[in-house]
Amino acid sequence: MTEERRRWLAVLARAPGDELAAAVEGAGAPPCRVVRAAETGLVMVRGRAGGTGERFNLGEMTVSRCTVTDDEGRLGVGWIAGRDKRKAEAVARLDLLLQRPEGALLKARVVAPLAAAQAATREARAAKAAATKVEFFTMVRGDV
Amino acid sequence: MYVAVKGGEAAIDAARAWLAEERRGDPAVPELTLDQIREQLGLAVDRVMAEASLHDPDLAALALKQAQGDVIEAVFLLRAYRTTLPRFAGSLPVDTADMAVERRISATFKDLPGGQILGPTYDYTHRLLDFALAAEGGAVPVAPQATPGEGAMPRVLELLVGEGLMEREVPPEDESGPVPDLTREPLSFPAGRPLRLQSMARGDEGFLLSLGYSTQRGYGRNHPFAGEIRQGEVSVEVEVPELGFAVDIGDIVLTECQSVNQFKGDATRPAQFTRGYGLVFGRGERKAMAMALVDRALRAEELGEAVQGPAQDEEFVLSHADNVEASGFVQHLKLPHYVDFQAELQLVRALRAKALKEAAE
Repeated sequence: MTEERRRWLAVLARAPGDELAAAVEGAGAPPCRVVRAAETGLVMVRGRAGGTGERFNLGEMTVSRCTVTDDEGRLGVGWIAGRDKRKAEAVARLDLLLQRPEGALLKARVVAPLAAAQAATREARAAKAAATKVEFFTMVRGDV
Repeated sequence: MYVAVKGGEAAIDAARAWLAEERRGDPAVPELTLDQIREQLGLAVDRVMAEASLHDPDLAALALKQAQGDVIEAVFLLRAYRTTLPRFAGSLPVDTADMAVERRISATFKDLPGGQILGPTYDYTHRLLDFALAAEGGAVPVAPQATPGEGAMPRVLELLVGEGLMEREVPPEDESGPVPDLTREPLSFPAGRPLRLQSMARGDEGFLLSLGYSTQRGYGRNHPFAGEIRQGEVSVEVEVPELGFAVDIGDIVLTECQSVNQFKGDATRPAQFTRGYGLVFGRGERKAMAMALVDRALRAEELGEAVQGPAQDEEFVLSHADNVEASGFVQHLKLPHYVDFQAELQLVRALRAKALKEAAE
């Protein structure tokens, strides 16, 4: 469950806020309470010296977060890069819905197409990068 | 000495209004939108985010618009905004080995797993002004696509580490403590490498570029090669307390540079290569390279090398790398110093009167 949930949270965090808000509306949301209202703050991004060594603070980024709960005590959590509080709340609501029995349907209807669109964008950039890969060939002496 | 001076309110209001008008420029020319700045002046946006130490492309675009393109003023605006927000957490360390690589080159190995990927670089442009860009609405060439190769793109330096020829960068065994943070505690010296890297990551690009250049020209020479430069998106993960696991909150673009440097070896360590490290927000290759040069120069003492140049002096580098601090102290000279100057004026007059009197006697 945890791995699956990590995956859908990653997909939702990268999705356009408008699409998520529409998905929440379309899902006919069950009774759900806001535990922590959506708010914007900072995360300090860390790196490692040499990529693998000691940790250091690289710089901060804006983030928004929100937590909701339902009557059965499930928690829906939204943590996203940027300042879109509406989106953070939409992610939290969707995260909650996805954990409920009816979640499987929502996953197929909302998460899967978003994941596919994100994969396509990633692949297109990777393909452009691949086109700039250098193919070396060695000059033979005497060749011009 | 500062003395409270009153007055000038009307002049200040007028100056601000005129500034706003000048910022807008000729009203017959369409106003810039933040989307245009973010999409079409992306490298300026990246530089503002890096030096402001705050990743938010939309806010960096706004800062650039507000500052009329003055990068240091824009950095200042973003730094000021940052102080209004609470910090929720620190991220897990980003894994640059797992980057979605858009550019990756090495000057030390021609053939390497994953290959040399040029990416959208200025390196092979002719640096001739392109007058086609002066005409709007021109056709944009379509970037060709190819099938990406199978397999990973390991960090180049790890190949040398595997052979034992490159120092291994290992984290300390105990990482339960906080990561030192110069935005929370004032700097004291010796600062250590984590604070040096933080300071340089947010430091002024021009300052680091000049210092890096100075090491190449002999002020703390350390024979670098560009072992690897990589650029692309990495995901940022945050441990969320109520979940008990790390959540991926999105991607940011980073540029990383690892330099390969000589090390003669000493009593306890055999001759091997050492490294300098640069990591910056956005597509900041020049800065990442300069940072790697200066990082390695600042390791002189640790590696038993003579400290001969300013780039090797931790206190000098870290005390002067921040352009908001530097700008503030230089520009404070504009503040009224009327009383100080009166004192100096009296002193110079008195000295001159005394000299004249003595000459007359």
